[in-house]
Amino acid sequence: MNETLRRFLFLPDQASTFALPVDHLHYFVILTTFIMSTAVGLTAILFFILYRRRSETQATPHIEPSALLETAFVVVPLSFFLLWWVIGYRTSIDLATPPIDSMDIYVQGKKWMWKFAYPGGPNSVNVLRVPSGRPVRLLMTSRDVIHSFYVPEFRVKQDVLPGRYSQIWFNATAPGRYQILCAEYCGAGHSIMRGEVIVLKAEEYEDWVSAQHRGLATKQDGPPTALDFAPPLGNLVDQGRRLAQDVGCVKCHSVDGSQHIGPTWLDLYGRREKLTDGRVITVDEAYITESMMDPFAKIVDGFKPVMPSFANKLAGPEVAAIVEYIKSLQSDAVRTGPSEGPAYAPVRGR
Amino acid sequence: MRQSEEDRNKLGGHPSQESYLADGTTVMSWLNTRDHKRIGVMFLVAVTFFFFVGGVFALALRLKLLYPGPFLYDALTYNRLFTLHGVTMIFLFMIPAIPSAFGNFVLPLMVGARDVAFPRLNLASFYIYLTGAALAIWGMVHGGADTGWTFYTPYSTTTPTMVFPLLLAVFVLGFSSILTGINFIVTTHTLRAPGITWMRLPLFVWSIYGTSIIQVLATPVIGLTVLLVALERVLGFGIFDPARGGDPVLFQHFFWFYSHPAVYIMVLPAMAVISECVATFSRKNPFGYKAIAYSSLGIAFVGFFTWGHHLFVAGQSVFDNGAFGVLSMFVGIFTAVKVFNWIGTMYRGAISFKTPFAYICGFLFFLVFGGMTGVALATVALDVHWHDTYFIVAHFHFIMVGATIMAFLAGLHYWFPKMFGRTYHEGWGLVAASLIILGFNATFIPQFLLGNNGMPRRYYQYPDHFQALNVASTAGATLLGFGFLIIFIYLVIALRWGPRCEQNPWRSKGFEWLTPSPPPTHNFDQIPHITQAPHDYRTHAPSGVYADV
Amino acid sequence: MSEAAALPGEHPAHGADPHLAHHFASLDRQVDASRLGMWLFLCTEVLLFAGLFVGYSVYRFSFPAAFAASSQASETWAGTVNTLVLITSSLTVALAIHFVRAGSQRAAVICLFITLFFALAFLGIKAIEYTAHFHEHQLPGHYYRFEGVRLPGAPMYWALYFLMTGLHALHVLIGMSVLGIITWRTAHGYYSPHYYVGIELAGLYWHLVDLIWIFLFPLLYLI
Repeated sequence: MNETLRRFLFLPDQASTFALPVDHLHYFVILTTFIMSTAVGLTAILFFILYRRRSETQATPHIEPSALLETAFVVVPLSFFLLWWVIGYRTSIDLATPPIDSMDIYVQGKKWMWKFAYPGGPNSVNVLRVPSGRPVRLLMTSRDVIHSFYVPEFRVKQDVLPGRYSQIWFNATAPGRYQILCAEYCGAGHSIMRGEVIVLKAEEYEDWVSAQHRGLATKQDGPPTALDFAPPLGNLVDQGRRLAQDVGCVKCHSVDGSQHIGPTWLDLYGRREKLTDGRVITVDEAYITESMMDPFAKIVDGFKPVMPSFANKLAGPEVAAIVEYIKSLQSDAVRTGPSEGPAYAPVRGR
Repeated sequence: MRQSEEDRNKLGGHPSQESYLADGTTVMSWLNTRDHKRIGVMFLVAVTFFFFVGGVFALALRLKLLYPGPFLYDALTYNRLFTLHGVTMIFLFMIPAIPSAFGNFVLPLMVGARDVAFPRLNLASFYIYLTGAALAIWGMVHGGADTGWTFYTPYSTTTPTMVFPLLLAVFVLGFSSILTGINFIVTTHTLRAPGITWMRLPLFVWSIYGTSIIQVLATPVIGLTVLLVALERVLGFGIFDPARGGDPVLFQHFFWFYSHPAVYIMVLPAMAVISECVATFSRKNPFGYKAIAYSSLGIAFVGFFTWGHHLFVAGQSVFDNGAFGVLSMFVGIFTAVKVFNWIGTMYRGAISFKTPFAYICGFLFFLVFGGMTGVALATVALDVHWHDTYFIVAHFHFIMVGATIMAFLAGLHYWFPKMFGRTYHEGWGLVAASLIILGFNATFIPQFLLGNNGMPRRYYQYPDHFQALNVASTAGATLLGFGFLIIFIYLVIALRWGPRCEQNPWRSKGFEWLTPSPPPTHNFDQIPHITQAPHDYRTHAPSGVYADV
Repeated sequence: MSEAAALPGEHPAHGADPHLAHHFASLDRQVDASRLGMWLFLCTEVLLFAGLFVGYSVYRFSFPAAFAASSQASETWAGTVNTLVLITSSLTVALAIHFVRAGSQRAAVICLFITLFFALAFLGIKAIEYTAHFHEHQLPGHYYRFEGVRLPGAPMYWALYFLMTGLHALHVLIGMSVLGIITWRTAHGYYSPHYYVGIELAGLYWHLVDLIWIFLFPLLYLI
């Protein structure tokens, strides 16, 4: 019965614990809708047949409804509407209340891809692996405009907002691959901002996680796609902080505003600096990168030319990570630049 | 000093020298008119033009959607096309159409007045509409915006496309809407002929009155909202920018505070038309007159408290979701009451299945189906799956096209003889109505199914398995387009070559049929003194002559 | 077809009053209609500003410290003087209506001129304020550079400040234009104790402009 109706209504597979209650309400409401609208349309046709006009100036009785009838017109539909609301609202409260033992996964939407990060674990782009039978909570934010995380088979959807977290949870019941679709218009790539949820059996999921931690991807659950080889991006700022320590930047540049051999990195990004040749420049990514590659090109007034070049010591992504780290070192002031996405803080339980 | 019935009912020959159409034939006499009837006709021409413009955008969209991958044009063009389709259809057609075209023409006649309360303001309203339209065209010609008609931030505040002209157009068009609303409210209060008490007002007037209240109270909010977006784009004000502490969801609250009542601005006038047509074509008094009248006010009032149902998955609190959901249930009841009362009007009537009645049947089916899918959405849980999918697209098209445009066509055919003194070809009328009802079903029922299946809206490309339903929908849209084209053709032919009709071809006892068709500029030789409610068909008295003098 | 000539069967008094439009049954009805129309229009203005007040409330709730600190950085003296100026101008426009009803045309014109003068004074003080803000870099959006209040959300206060006072100032300008026309008309004898609806409607509009300021002032300057 469920399966027949599901197919008749073109509903997708029921792959989460929400799907069945949502679909049951759907059947109830939609079947009543079919019946009522057909009944109304047919009644009109029936009345036309029964009460056809026989002459141009035919008289008709003046009929007023009884108060009882009008009350029925109100009470009967209202009871149905409120019943549906009660059922639907309770389900939606469920949808908004993740269980205490949910596992958290962080999601960042940006034009036009989905990035996923497991706490202390691997990161991925566009592919979200989750275990079946366990509640999973997604903590989501956006880098730029509003997106919406939508998995039709799970019957879940939630807008993903810049400058804010939103959350959603689900419990995937059946292993398989399900599409993630962006459901809030976000520009030219909106219709290709798609991802995939791969629901793995619990043991397979554990295998995958430990394989990720070992840095190997030895177990695959299907032929690898290009998406599986996407480089783990992780948290650039943390990478930059580690690199700054490892490569020795912090020996000369303080991060707390104190004077040292080189200009302090606190509030460096966006600062207007006076150079030794009298020019005034605004510190941006280009300037920071140039300083790492060719430190003598632009020297800040008041500092000696002692910085070594890192042109052959740092790869492109590493330079980017350091730049991101420098950008993150802002004192508690008003930001004038564009939104950069919040830092994730671990969220435990409810 | 009534003219004789025979004179009034004369068929054939040239229009009476007194007809408003013949009162000044220069272009300036039209452009500088104070006559509500001429203004109504000018509005009708303008909104019809923009309806076809919006329709062309729609067909362009549906053509692309025949194929899942890139086809015909690129994603950016597609995004602009659906934005322009929405903006044109909503602001240039749906909002003004029935009130400014038919309301303007018929409302003063229905209350026994010689004009609306502020005729010059009425003309200003038309020119403001044209200005807004020109701004929209400026935007279109320069490629248009790609934000969707909903202009959600931060996308609309950061996209480089031509958003500003469209924002300005919406702002200006809002003024036109407000002025029309003010005019109708004041007309209803102060220009009713002797004997037309509130409880004898035609139901059309009640619904237009409700519409006007919404126009006056809600439209300023959209004006402010588009102004804020424009300022944010140009001066970086940051009201909706998270980097400056702003909240992008606040935009959604502001936007929908107008745009939800706006859908009642679109549907209440449709219900207004249907109330009149049901009574006339069933030749029977409206069943539950008070219920229908008060439900118009109920929709106007409760409709202001339901906007949050557009934000169920936007990050609104669970409590708000529940509150807005239950309030949306209440607003649906008023429509249910109207539907039952319209059916009751047909009971033991004397029904004539003319073209307007065909549209009534379509209207009823589509309103109930579309309206109940609205109730389904208001359960919150179902909307989580359906939000921003083709289910929503189908839902609002069922109401806006299936209900409102059916009613618009019903009104167009019903009042065509009144406005132009001619009749159209009834056979073609029924053919077109059938094509439209069939085409409409074929276009939008697949879209409900697409939404169920998970296809999001505003998708240039889509996953392959959605193709079959998309092809079906496009086929339906083509049929629908043909239907509209056929109507346009036979009505234009009727305008020029249609047989002249008598004063009251439908034998209706609505008040507007007390004047000649077409009416003279001053509407009534003598302001009627009304002694009973309209649509009283208890007697065999010939139509048109039932007021005591 | 807009002549006021009576039609056959109509009440002959219709043709008498030059102010009466052809479609109204009586001058009283017409004046009622004009008043109702203006009140409805005032409702639209209230709703226009209501959106901004809602925005202010939302952001004040989010950034209470920044808003309180920023409002202290605004020129309270200027706001206070402006409040007094506007309230007095509402008085003078009401007086003008009173004088027209009493038949003292000249007194009415003088009152209207005083109203206009006060309106201009309001705008002048606002201009001084805006200049001060410009120098302090207390500007909206991406022009904000004020160093005095370094709390998150401070630019939002200024964005709202300029939006609300700017929109209000625009309405003061519109009100001034309307009052200017009305003053000219009063001086040329358009109005009489029997017919003064134009001044009444302009007065209503002006009172609303004043009322909006009375709400703006405490929110932006005092708290």
